[in-house]
Amino acid sequence: MTATTHDETPGGQAGAPLRPDLATEPASRRARVRRTALIGAIILGVLVLLAVLAPLLATHDPEAVDAQRILGAPSASHPFGSDVLGRDVFSRVLYGLRVSLLVAVSSVLISSAVAIPLGAVSGYFGGWVDTLISRPMDMLLVLPALLLAVSLIAIVGPGSVVATLAIAVIYLPILTRVMRGSALSVAGLAYVEGAGARGAGHAKVIAGHVIPNAIGPVVVQASILAGFALQIEAALSFLGLGTQPPTPSLGGMLADGRDVLSQAPWVEIFPGSAIAVAVLSFTLIGDGLRTRFDRAGRAR
Amino acid sequence: MSSRLRFVIRRLLQTVPVLFAMSIFVFLIIRLVPGDPVRTMLGFRATDANVSQVRQQLGLDRSLPAQYGSFLDGLFHGDLGTDFISRAPITELLKQRLPVTLELTIASMLLAIVVGLPLGIMAATGSGWVRRLTDGFVILGISIPDFWLGIMLVLLLSATWGLLPPSGYVAFTTDPVQNLRYLTLPILTLAVAETAYLLRTTRGAMEAVLGQPYVTFLRAKGISHRRIVYRHAFKNAAGPVVTVIGIQFGVLLGGAIVIETLFALPGVGRLLVTAINQRNYPVVQAGVLIVATLFILVSLITDLIVGWLDPRISDGQA
Amino acid sequence: MTAPVLAVEDLQVTFATGGATVSAVDRIDLAIGRGEIVGLVGESGCGKSTLANAIMGLLPGSARISGSVELDGRPILGESEDQLRTLRGDRMAMIFQDPSTSLDPTCSVGLQVSETIRAHRPTGKGEAKQRAIDLMREVGIPDAAARYDDAPHRFSGGMRQRIVIAAALANDPALLIADEPTTALDVTIQRQILDLITRLTTDHDTAVLLISHDLGVIAQVADRVGVMYAGQLVERADVHGLFAGPAHPYTRALLAAMPTAGAEPGGLAVIPGQVPDLSGPLPGCRFLDRCPVSHPECVERPPWVSTAATSAACWDVAAQLAGSDADARVTR
Repeated sequence: MTATTHDETPGGQAGAPLRPDLATEPASRRARVRRTALIGAIILGVLVLLAVLAPLLATHDPEAVDAQRILGAPSASHPFGSDVLGRDVFSRVLYGLRVSLLVAVSSVLISSAVAIPLGAVSGYFGGWVDTLISRPMDMLLVLPALLLAVSLIAIVGPGSVVATLAIAVIYLPILTRVMRGSALSVAGLAYVEGAGARGAGHAKVIAGHVIPNAIGPVVVQASILAGFALQIEAALSFLGLGTQPPTPSLGGMLADGRDVLSQAPWVEIFPGSAIAVAVLSFTLIGDGLRTRFDRAGRAR
Repeated sequence: MSSRLRFVIRRLLQTVPVLFAMSIFVFLIIRLVPGDPVRTMLGFRATDANVSQVRQQLGLDRSLPAQYGSFLDGLFHGDLGTDFISRAPITELLKQRLPVTLELTIASMLLAIVVGLPLGIMAATGSGWVRRLTDGFVILGISIPDFWLGIMLVLLLSATWGLLPPSGYVAFTTDPVQNLRYLTLPILTLAVAETAYLLRTTRGAMEAVLGQPYVTFLRAKGISHRRIVYRHAFKNAAGPVVTVIGIQFGVLLGGAIVIETLFALPGVGRLLVTAINQRNYPVVQAGVLIVATLFILVSLITDLIVGWLDPRISDGQA
Repeated sequence: MTAPVLAVEDLQVTFATGGATVSAVDRIDLAIGRGEIVGLVGESGCGKSTLANAIMGLLPGSARISGSVELDGRPILGESEDQLRTLRGDRMAMIFQDPSTSLDPTCSVGLQVSETIRAHRPTGKGEAKQRAIDLMREVGIPDAAARYDDAPHRFSGGMRQRIVIAAALANDPALLIADEPTTALDVTIQRQILDLITRLTTDHDTAVLLISHDLGVIAQVADRVGVMYAGQLVERADVHGLFAGPAHPYTRALLAAMPTAGAEPGGLAVIPGQVPDLSGPLPGCRFLDRCPVSHPECVERPPWVSTAATSAACWDVAAQLAGSDADARVTR
C-alpha cells in the first residue's frame, strides 16, 4: 500500500499552471498539432508528387531559351511567366523543386545513416567510446552551419552533390548528439540490460533494441533539419555555390531574377514561394512529430 | 575564490584548445583542396615556373608543421596573409569589412531579442489568441527563406514604394542616417527569422519552467504573477534562451553571408563568397578564421552568462 | 470544537478531460480546528492532493468545483485569483512532497523565504531578510545568516524541506496543508521533519491538514484521521480509534496490508482488484468492486455510521450496527 510515487490525477503538484483560468486541456492541443502535422505531410506529398512527375507536368523544356518570350508575364501557356532568357518559370520551378527536395532529403538521410549507429554506440557504451565519438562531433559544431558548408565547398568546388554532402556533414553532429542522448536513456532501461544479460552480443542489442527504440527523437529532428537543409541548398545555389547552371535550381532562379525585380517580379515570387512552401511542410511535420514523441510531456 | 569566478576562469581556459582546433581546421582548408591549389588559383594558363614561384611565396613548399608554425606566427602578429589577387594585406581588408558584418548581425540579433523575448513570454503566459497568433508567426518566420524575404521586402519597400534603397552601403562613421537607411532592409530581413526562432525558444522554455513544481509552490506562497514570471520563471528560462542566442548568432553569421551578397554590402560574408568564386584561397582562409573566431567568442560569452545565472552550473552541479 | 479554521462541506471536484469527465473528489466534508492535526490517508490517486489543491485554489481551469470551503469562517471557493493570492502564504499555506523541486534552483533560499514575507505585508528588504534568517534558525538550519544566500542545491533534502516549511509558515498562517511532506525523504529525516511540523504548529496553534499515503506517518503525528478512497471519504476517527478498531472494510484492508515487525513470513496482504476508473459510471460506494463484503444497497451512496471509536461510510457497518447494537446512529 505504501508503494507508488506521484499523484497522477490532474490535481497533483505539477499540474497547477500559472493561470488556472486559462489552462487548455492537453488533449485538444495535441489534436491540433497532429492536424498541422497532417497538413504538412499532405503539402509535402503534393510537392513530392509534383517534383517526381516534373517531366510529365512541365509545359516546356526548362532549359529552353526563347528570345521572343523574355520576361513574359504569367499567361495561359506560361502559368508562372518567363524569365530573363525566355525560359518557362513554371517548368523551371518544377525541376528546381526536384533538385531541392532531392538534396534536402538525401542529405538528411545520409547524415542520419551515419549519425544513428555512431550515436547509438556512443550512448550505449559511454566512457571512452563516447568521448572518442563526441569530441570530433563537437569540433564540427565550432563553425556555424552555413560557414562550414561554404568552407567545404571552397575546398572541393561547387555543385549539388557537394552541397548534399556538405549539408550531411553539418547535421551529423546534431543528429549524433540526439541519437546519443536517446540511446543513453534507452540503454538504461531494464529490458535492454536484460537482453544483454541473456548473453546477446552488443551488436545485436544495439541493432535490435537500442536503435529501434531510441530512433524517435532522431526522426523528429531529421524532419526539422530537412526543412533547413532545403533552405541551405537554396542559399548555396543563390550564392552560386550549390547547384550549378544550367540545371534549374530554386536558389539560382532567385539570384537570376534580382536584376529584373521591378519589371518582372514573378521570376522571384514563384521560386521563392516554392521554397517557402516546401520548408513550411517540413516544419509542420517536424513540429507534429515532436509532440507525438514528446513522452516526457510537460504539465500542460 | 568564489566558485563563480572559478567557473569563469575554467570556461575561458576551455576556449583556448577550441580556438586552436579551429585554427588547424582553417589552416587545412587550402591544403585539402584536391589537386594543386596553386595551379587552381592561377588558372590553366600558368606555367610551371609561375606555379613553383607562387608556391614558394605562399610557403606551400615547406613541411606542414613549419607552415602551421608560420601561420600561427602570422596570426599572433595580426598578419592574416595576402590577398592573392589584389596583393593587399588581408588584415586591412578585413578591418574594413568586419564592422559591416558586425553591425548587420549584432543589430539583427538585438532587434530579434527585443521583440522576440517579450513576445515569447507573452505567448507562454497569455491568452489563447496571443498563443495562436505567435504560433502562426513562428511557423512562417522559420519557414520563409531569409534571402527570399529580403527580395520580397526590396520588391515592396524599394522597387514599388521607393522607401528604402535596395542595395549599397555608407559607413556609420561617415553618415549615420544614411548608414541606417541602407542597413534597414538587411537588418529587418535577418531579424524576422531570428525573432521567430527566439520567440519559439522563449515560449518553450517559459512553458517548461511554468510547469515546474516550484512555480506551484510560489503560487502557494501567494507571490504575485508578475514576480513569478519575471523574477523566477524567466530567470530559469533564460539559460536555455541565452544558449540558443549563442547558437543562433552563428546562424546569423551564416545568413549574413547571403544577405550581404543580396544587398551588396561590403562585409566579410560577401568577401568570402567572392573569394571562393575566385579561388582566392588565402582570403577564404582568413575570412573563415575571423567568422569562426567571432562565433567562438560569442559562444563563450553566452556560456558565461548562462553559468552566471544558474548557480548550479558554476558549482559544477548542472 | 469552537469555530473551525477550515470547514469543507460537500466538496466535489470534476475534471473535463478530452471528452470524459473524471470525478476526482466526491462530496467530502472536513473540518479542522485551531492547533489540530488532521491526517488524510489514502493510496496514490485517491484524490487527496486534488482536495488540497482545491482548498488552496490551485487547480487548473479545467476543474469544476462545487460545495463550500471556509477559512476562518470566510467562504473562499468562488473567490477571484487575486483575492486567493492574498490568502495564500498568509492565512493558508501548503507544502509539497519533493523539496528538491519546490524551490527555485536559481534563487537563494533566504530570498525564497523573505519574498513570502514581503509579498503580504509591507516590509523593508533588510527587515524581511532578518526575519527570514530567524525563521531559518527556527526550523533548524545551522549557520542561517551565512547560508541565506546559498542556492537550494547546496542543501540536503531534509534541509530543503525545512526551508520550505520556513517559507510556508513565515506569515503565521491559520492553516497549513502538508501534502506528503516526508515521502521524498529518508526515513531517518522523516521523523525530524514531522517533529518540526508538530512543534511549530503546536507553538502557533496552526490547523494542519497532513496528507500521506503512509499510515505510519499519520499514526505518529495526527490527532484525527480521515481515510480516502477513489475520491470519497470512507472513514474518519481520532487516531487511536482508527488504529485500534477500524470499521470500514477498506481501512481494515489497509491496516492489514501494512507490514508489521514480527509478523508471520507469509507474504504481504494485498487488496485484490484495482482502483476504479473515475471517468466511468461509478457505484455509490466506490469500493464496491473490491470489497470483501458487499450488499445490494452498495450501489447507493452509503450513510455515515458511528461506532464508539470511529465513523464510517459503509452499508455493511450500518447493517451490522443496526442488527447488533441499538446505539447505532446513522449520521447521514
